[in-house]
Amino acid sequence: MKENGNTDILLAGVGGQGIVLSSSILANICLAAGYDIKQSEVHGMAQRGGSVTSHVRFGKKVSSPTIAQGEADYMLGFELLESLRWTDFLAPDGVAIINTQKIDPITVSSGAMEYPDDLKERIQARCKQPVLMDAFTIAQEAGSVRAVNIALLGALSKYLDFPLEVWEEGIRNRVPPKTFETNWKAFSTGREQ
Amino acid sequence: MKTILSGNGAVARGVYEAGVEVAAAYPGTPSTEILEEIAANYSEIYAEWSVNEKVAFEVAFGASLGGKRALATMKHVGVNVASDALMTAAYTGVNGGMVLVSADDPGMHSSQNEQDNRYFARMAKIPMLEPSDSQESKDFAALGFELSERFDTPVMLRMTTRICHGRSIVELGERKAGPEFTYEKNPQKYVMIPAYARMRHEVVEKRRLKLEAFAEEFPGNRIEMGDPSIGIISSGVAYQYAREAFPEASFLKLGFSNPLPMRLIRDFAGKVERLYVVEELEPFIEEQLRADGLEVHGKDLLPRTGELSPEIVRQSLGKGNGKPAAADLGDLPRRPPVLCPGCPHRGLFHALKKARATVTGDIGCYTLSALPPLQMMDTCVCMGASIGVAQGLVRTIEGRQKDRIVAVLGDSTFIHSGIPSLVNAVYNKANITVVIADNRTTAMTGQQENPGTGQTLQGEAVPQLDFEGLSRSIGVSHVATVDPLEVEACEKVIREAVAHQGPSVVIARRACIFVDRDQWQAPLTVDSAECDNCKRCIRIGCPAISMEDDTAHVDQNLCLGCELCADICPQDAFLIPGEKEKA
Repeated sequence: MKENGNTDILLAGVGGQGIVLSSSILANICLAAGYDIKQSEVHGMAQRGGSVTSHVRFGKKVSSPTIAQGEADYMLGFELLESLRWTDFLAPDGVAIINTQKIDPITVSSGAMEYPDDLKERIQARCKQPVLMDAFTIAQEAGSVRAVNIALLGALSKYLDFPLEVWEEGIRNRVPPKTFETNWKAFSTGREQ
Repeated sequence: MKTILSGNGAVARGVYEAGVEVAAAYPGTPSTEILEEIAANYSEIYAEWSVNEKVAFEVAFGASLGGKRALATMKHVGVNVASDALMTAAYTGVNGGMVLVSADDPGMHSSQNEQDNRYFARMAKIPMLEPSDSQESKDFAALGFELSERFDTPVMLRMTTRICHGRSIVELGERKAGPEFTYEKNPQKYVMIPAYARMRHEVVEKRRLKLEAFAEEFPGNRIEMGDPSIGIISSGVAYQYAREAFPEASFLKLGFSNPLPMRLIRDFAGKVERLYVVEELEPFIEEQLRADGLEVHGKDLLPRTGELSPEIVRQSLGKGNGKPAAADLGDLPRRPPVLCPGCPHRGLFHALKKARATVTGDIGCYTLSALPPLQMMDTCVCMGASIGVAQGLVRTIEGRQKDRIVAVLGDSTFIHSGIPSLVNAVYNKANITVVIADNRTTAMTGQQENPGTGQTLQGEAVPQLDFEGLSRSIGVSHVATVDPLEVEACEKVIREAVAHQGPSVVIARRACIFVDRDQWQAPLTVDSAECDNCKRCIRIGCPAISMEDDTAHVDQNLCLGCELCADICPQDAFLIPGEKEKA
């Protein structure tokens, strides 16, 4: 825990992976728990398959909308390459929850560069507490590959001091009603990781 | 009630609570969501997408003259477009309150420059409010209308990307009706002929003094004393970064930053040992302090480019936290934004490549064609510039490309500021081709309506702008329309238009994949026996196509079945579902 007592969570991945929605679910759970909360992401070019990050910060009083480098208590990595790219933001004793999914950027699919094959090892070398999980398969088995974001929230939920009912309510409020069961299943499996 | 809102959502709410009646805007990141939120949630307010920022400003100004509170919102570069109206509206003043939101983009997340629009407030001599979180975004938006009425001036609410898109807690209030003003004919105030403008300029100078006095007493300009060895003057999001970096320091937090409260500043400077100004981009505050003879540190330590952050402020002011600088991750593949799978622009730029065109470009999704592998855009300056730049270029470029100058701009951009340039091309007989990439929406900012789509901000049906008829009426003799994903037809139409002597117009019309989802088809596959690894499909830059073991591969989750790859493949290696038997 840092001097100011705030909890900082960085979410990093690729446009279209549901990062904005999961950040918003998380932020509303923090609000309901009575915390000050700031969340920041950048719209615009992001939706064109670019790299996306979202910063969620909560505590007694939050100033900066963005997390300082080297101070994230948790990182939710939605994709391997993006996870490594943002490891600098993780605090030395921070927990990195990483989806092992790979999504080729255009620089790779166009043949200009190779997708690195040593990402898991490099992430593990840079994080004291890496939690590698196959959120894509978890989501697929729960019923929809779109539930990757909720599976990752499930894994994060173990570390945060919010009761399970609060998570359930928070997710129910924000996903389409007919997808709740799928999302809740993904969350629950994610929580077991 | 407390809720979490983005800065943009909070401005919309503040405007609603302040009893505003009219809101006008042209979409532009990071400002777009303000009008979208108003249209979606606050139907009491008349809201419109105007064709450009100047018109949006003028609509709001006119509504103010009519006696109601009115809002205009735009991104920073949009204020350039609106500035002609702004500079003189600053002379006339207002009737009902008027607020201009300038949403700046330090770091250029989605912009062509990172100009600091605080200078516009100073140049126009209008008051400026700078919120530093969502609560202030709401409060300052509402306050702006009061100040506008009290001081008879438009007010600038200056935001930045992190304030617009950052979310934090906001306490909601109720809507109150704005004060009642009536329209009064008053030529000496509103007709800026030289004789009257000279009188109004005197009024502006008197107003400036009153605003200076207000800045001193405004509670949003406040001293927060802490450790007196470090004193930091800051505003907007920079204040939050500095607070994070130096929680123990003393602060002068400025919410109202034009004109500056110089007495309060001198008072603060006298209480601290070392004085810093922490501001993003230009030394706007710092230079005014220096001119006043204050000893201050700012841009001698902090960068003038890009966004600030807590760690940049901490390191720059010499209080490194001892954490290592960014690790060298080697040459990691970057993940730039790309044209979506199925995007009609891809077909257009494929055809322009075939025609060996020199393309003067413009602002929109299609600007992404400048990046590898397409690399089919030579210039991109500002909204509508493609057509004007083409006309200059064609006068001076030498060699073969002289006959292959093509200006490309989108439907919304053409309406925004391309039409006068097209008139100019006809008037001055410029031998250029103008391609209107008409994807039936303002796509880059998130699919907003425009006059070409025939729908308003609220989705109400209105006449569709007829690009073909408009071009002909201007005097363009060669006008053609084509579906950019019909490869052969598109290549032919572009070839003919380029060959035509004099100005020609091509309307490359196909809806953005997000506008017309009916065009989404089943994904293609590749017959690996047929693929001969020529990589032509790779060179169109579709994110759904990659090479695996020297064979093209189609990502089944990404492909929307547009068939462009199948049409350009010399081996017919791409298999279209339902046509497999034929192949």
